[in-house]
Amino acid sequence: MKFETPATQNPIDQMKVIGRATDRIDGPLKTTGMAPYAYERHDVASGQAYGYIVGAAIAKGRITTMDTSRAKAAPGVLTVLSTLDHDKPLPLGMMNIAHLYGGAEIAHYHQAIAFVVAETFEQARAAASLIQTEYARDKGRFDLAAAAPSAPYEPSGSGADAKDIERVGDFAAAYAAAPVTIDQRYTTPGESHAMMEPFATIAGWESEKLTIWTSNQMIAWNKGSLAKALSLKPENIRVDSPYIGGGFGGKLFLRADAVLAALGAKACGRPVKVAMQRPLMINNATHRPATIQRIQLGATKDGKLTAIHHSSTSSNLPDGKPETAIAQTKMLYAAPNREYWLKLAVTDLPEGNAMRAPGEAPGLMVLEMAMDELAEKLGMDPVELRVVNDTQVDPGDPSRPFSQRHLVECLRTGAEKFGWSRRHAKPAQVREGKWLIGMGMAVGFRDSPNTKSAARIRLEKTGRLTVETDMTDIGTGTYTIMAQTAAEMMGVPIDHVKVILGDSDFPVSAGSGGQWGANNATSGLYAACVKLREQVAQQLGFNAADAIFADGKVSAGNRSVPLADAARSGPLTGEDGIDYGDIVKKNQLSTFAGHFVEVAVDAYTGETRIRRMLAVCDAGRILNPKSARSQVIGAMVMGAGAAMMEELAVDKRFGYFVNHDLASYEVPVHADIPHQEVIFLDYPDDKSSPMKAKGIGELGLCGVGAAIANAIYNATGVRVRDYPITLDKHLEKLPAIA
Amino acid sequence: MKSFTYERAKTPAQAAAAVAKQQGAKFLAGGTNLLDLMKLEIETPTHLVDVQDLKLDRIERTDEGGLRIGALVTNTALAADATVRRDYGVLTRAIVAGASGQLRNKATTAGNLLQRTRCPYFYDTNQPCNKRKPGTGCAAIGGFSRQLAVIGSSDHCIATYPSDMAVAMRLLDATVETVKADGKTRSIAMADFHRLPGDTPERDNELERGELITAVTLPRPIGGTHLYHKVRDRASYAFALVSVAAVIQKDGSGRAAFGGVAARPWRVEAAEAAMTQGARAVASGVFAGAKPTEENQFKILLAERTLASVMAQAKG
Repeated sequence: MKFETPATQNPIDQMKVIGRATDRIDGPLKTTGMAPYAYERHDVASGQAYGYIVGAAIAKGRITTMDTSRAKAAPGVLTVLSTLDHDKPLPLGMMNIAHLYGGAEIAHYHQAIAFVVAETFEQARAAASLIQTEYARDKGRFDLAAAAPSAPYEPSGSGADAKDIERVGDFAAAYAAAPVTIDQRYTTPGESHAMMEPFATIAGWESEKLTIWTSNQMIAWNKGSLAKALSLKPENIRVDSPYIGGGFGGKLFLRADAVLAALGAKACGRPVKVAMQRPLMINNATHRPATIQRIQLGATKDGKLTAIHHSSTSSNLPDGKPETAIAQTKMLYAAPNREYWLKLAVTDLPEGNAMRAPGEAPGLMVLEMAMDELAEKLGMDPVELRVVNDTQVDPGDPSRPFSQRHLVECLRTGAEKFGWSRRHAKPAQVREGKWLIGMGMAVGFRDSPNTKSAARIRLEKTGRLTVETDMTDIGTGTYTIMAQTAAEMMGVPIDHVKVILGDSDFPVSAGSGGQWGANNATSGLYAACVKLREQVAQQLGFNAADAIFADGKVSAGNRSVPLADAARSGPLTGEDGIDYGDIVKKNQLSTFAGHFVEVAVDAYTGETRIRRMLAVCDAGRILNPKSARSQVIGAMVMGAGAAMMEELAVDKRFGYFVNHDLASYEVPVHADIPHQEVIFLDYPDDKSSPMKAKGIGELGLCGVGAAIANAIYNATGVRVRDYPITLDKHLEKLPAIA
Repeated sequence: MKSFTYERAKTPAQAAAAVAKQQGAKFLAGGTNLLDLMKLEIETPTHLVDVQDLKLDRIERTDEGGLRIGALVTNTALAADATVRRDYGVLTRAIVAGASGQLRNKATTAGNLLQRTRCPYFYDTNQPCNKRKPGTGCAAIGGFSRQLAVIGSSDHCIATYPSDMAVAMRLLDATVETVKADGKTRSIAMADFHRLPGDTPERDNELERGELITAVTLPRPIGGTHLYHKVRDRASYAFALVSVAAVIQKDGSGRAAFGGVAARPWRVEAAEAAMTQGARAVASGVFAGAKPTEENQFKILLAERTLASVMAQAKG
């Protein structure tokens, strides 16, 4: 099905199942421990042996010798693989720059260099420690701040259109003429996905056919990447990933666990399972790159932005990509004169890549702090500053309207519900005992990408429905919204729908990432359901256009037939996908939020405690308010981490992230998270898809960090522009203790 | 994890003898730290002597009117004990500021005293660390040192000792009771129990090989308001940047000990004379001679301000 014109009235609009707060259909399996995650799939292949990954002890250089003889002789060991078994690295998979395995060169710390397979996990781990590796160290580059001044531009666009600096109007002149300006430098640190479930895979071979039971967000990418890495035909690979214990972008790609399990299984002739040990999870994998950003804002005295400059420098391994921290600035506020650039330095730290809301997350932490600073300088309410600079069109190309944009309503609603009017504009004015109290707000913005997605739905002889697609549920609630979609389309109760996900033998879906999963995957299923409805109608002698699917029956005029009757002579299958025409290019499809936060800062110690958080979200039709809320509050927690504690600490001498476990890379715990509230505006967007939905998974993170930072400033009067805002950064400047 | 042998001792002396006679043997109690370190091959004992059957899990009155806490009393039991809560409130407050409920259920009093540092370089076996592998150097000096020691450190080690419980015990003038392999017992003042690194940072404390902690005794209660304030980067489940244990009397006099700043609980009795003059006066004495790194120098001001907060709280 091609989506080329705005959606009209369709069965989803009935909203009998869609749009209702619905418990996860996979909830009972998860709460009883019956949902099998990759490492727990004991039943899928017999005789599973255990693998253990050895990571490089240096960040840059090469291996001169590796002695695996003692490991090979250790009890229970079946095979020991060395990266030196290969002359050069295995081919790269999609979207990555760091080789996962093979060859003597070490490009980053904890790169996989050996793999031990043994009868038990403990034997594999014990043997791994017996491998003796010698290295020749090279001097690496590990310091973004040192590399930034000489970093080259990362041009936008490509070919003849490539530009170092993107310009609209005349920024320099407008900024020089602006009566009120802000010019500040900000930094955001590297962050880790730090998901609960590590990378984990069981691999098994049947002659030339490889199956991996794994944990991955993007099944088709993973299959294609594994085929490249191992030089296999894609048709000889099956990837199965029905349950995923968090990914946040860390599991978009093929990782070393899958490659090594496959190689290990081949070598020992048995299925091999491996979970990457936690201390390797941070340096072996990808991370959100650190940024150094600069923002200049010029405004009229009544707060109209006239000039915006936003630039960001990040670093990566050679051939890597920058963190696109300027992305939202191109779209968020009207201003006739604009200038943006990215620079990209080369460092030899682990690969920087996508983490939840790549670009927008660190970009908004900075842009929305700068807006707070401008509001203060203007003597204007921060909400009003955003309102007067709202735009209904792409500011860089006014011929492109936003399909919908209810940002002002998000802000007005949020301000009212939160009690924003009680905020003191002057900082450090509110005390409760030893606590300094402050409120802050920020805008959230994130695109809602449209991408192809396919699915299959089968009407079984029993009248039950089975949905099959390689779409994944990374803890987001995909199972449930897919079941809701099928139930709505086919007119059956949700418990008549079985959803099977994450299998590469099924039709290729959007996958989970970039907050594109929900809208596209359900739209793909919508298309498949339309096909099935046609078959059912034909089978039962209805005109598909007239048939009403409701209450387990198909009806038209005064005739009504049980849906199950259509499958009496055998199951019927509808398979199709959604694809998008120009409509999603002519319109800017984005999601919006107003974030409001109240914090208390201990006047003695500088410790910050969040008291209340509110997000008001504009993200099209909300398919399942319950799981959508879970997505948003989870993202708000992530935003709290980014604002207050998360930072990959770089050792600039040895070239690695020092705090590489969950004890030292701190993310928020329950005690850090107070009352959270989410309001959805819930406007169906007919230019987005037949579902009229949009993404929600990343919006909840976008802007949260700045709202917290602005609240801390409002509490203390101390502006900290280097995230995370740990107590040491404002302690000395806190107001005198009464 | 390296292979090891295992036995369960029946008496304290037997346990001490079992560890003394075998190079590389260690005691195992709650295992909340040792087992983690074994999995990472930071600790590689050849033999474990499990002490859980030693019946050292009672809290009793001493003849002097204090309290004897058995080595195997769990952190949870100790924190919840009615006498401890009434007479030694700072100890309860310190214990519940540490770890999680699950860990405290398993962790023991002696084991808590023997926790190893959480220095990230100690935890990464690829990196030099004089505490883990003597003579290899200290990667933390010149490295990521935000969490590490500001005082009492040496050119060989800047690790901190992570216990909260021990900070309160140091404040309360606790004594560690031990038994050695030959059956002889001794008492070590908490003030002397943990060692500063000097040039032997691999030795965290004064225990000899095979010497087993049997109890910790507390002197008679000292009254006053008991407070423990642990400052960290998140609200719970993290090691202290700085912690302050204090007992403050009605007249403003009192005691203060600091955690998260050194290789042992840090208390300077001479500086406590200044308690009535305020936190700055005390802190300047407590931290005289401090040698912080650029990354952790904030801890000195933080310690002073945390003490000020505790003093204000005591006033009510």
